[in-house]
Amino acid sequence: MFSRGLKPLAIASVVLIVGAFALVFFYAPNDADQGFIQKIFYLHVPLAIVALCGFVAGGVWGLRYLRDGDRANDLRSYVAIHLSLILGLAALITGSIWAKAAWGHWWMWEEPTLVSFLIVFLLYACYTPLRFSIEDPERQARTAAVFSIVAGAFVPLNFIAVRMAESLAHPRVLTATGGSMPGEMRLTFLVSLIGMAVLFVTLCKYELASKRAAMQLRALKRRLADEEDDWLPARRSAAPQQI
Amino acid sequence: MPALPLDDAGPYVAAAYLVFLALILIYVAIMASKLVRIARDLDELTEIVDRRDRAREENEHAETVPR
Repeated sequence: MFSRGLKPLAIASVVLIVGAFALVFFYAPNDADQGFIQKIFYLHVPLAIVALCGFVAGGVWGLRYLRDGDRANDLRSYVAIHLSLILGLAALITGSIWAKAAWGHWWMWEEPTLVSFLIVFLLYACYTPLRFSIEDPERQARTAAVFSIVAGAFVPLNFIAVRMAESLAHPRVLTATGGSMPGEMRLTFLVSLIGMAVLFVTLCKYELASKRAAMQLRALKRRLADEEDDWLPARRSAAPQQI
Repeated sequence: MPALPLDDAGPYVAAAYLVFLALILIYVAIMASKLVRIARDLDELTEIVDRRDRAREENEHAETVPR
């Protein structure tokens, strides 16, 4: 169900990520203003974009779960948000490294782009503890879906608000006119972005397939438990427990 | 701010890319450990089913043997 197409996706992820890194270091020219340090852009920006899109996707799956009650959609929502948190953490760390090199500070509290991303990240950091705090699976899934929809709607609103705010130091490369990047930089950025998106989808499918296998095993254990006494109870987890 | 020379910028760029690779590797390692747990559970289930089948065979054999 979830593992379909995982192998070609994994191969595509490796090819695209390795290709993107090769373009970053051997094809894209150094930035005239920032020099070599600007190479972090090809990693940091795709990470942030894919993480934000993943949060929104989690909201869309949550909405679908509320509409049709299909537990697979709850699992998809959980996995999308879980992976987006990992990519979001990577975006925060790489951004911080870039900030230290370019501005001389690890963090700037007066910069709206940075603070808004941190707020979104911290908001979603509450998602897993929220799930874990509810024991009833039905209620857990419903509450998590409502959370993912509300937080998912907050992401584009937050993005628009940041766009309208005045930037102090953080550059606005991707404007409505397509930005000011030359062709080589734009191609490298696009390959990096596609690579990151494909990697996200691959890891999502990987985690979904793994969770589904674990759920099927638990279901089998439960069936066998009717006949056997010596079985172990399932470990408690914040992840959805059944489909 | 003027561009950092390559010697100064290199470690920052390397650190950023290494952070990304490390996070992906940690994620894959955690998933692999879960896979090991699934494999262990599968072994456990196989053993339970085998034991049940053996017990069933023994019961059938005991019922067919004339007293």
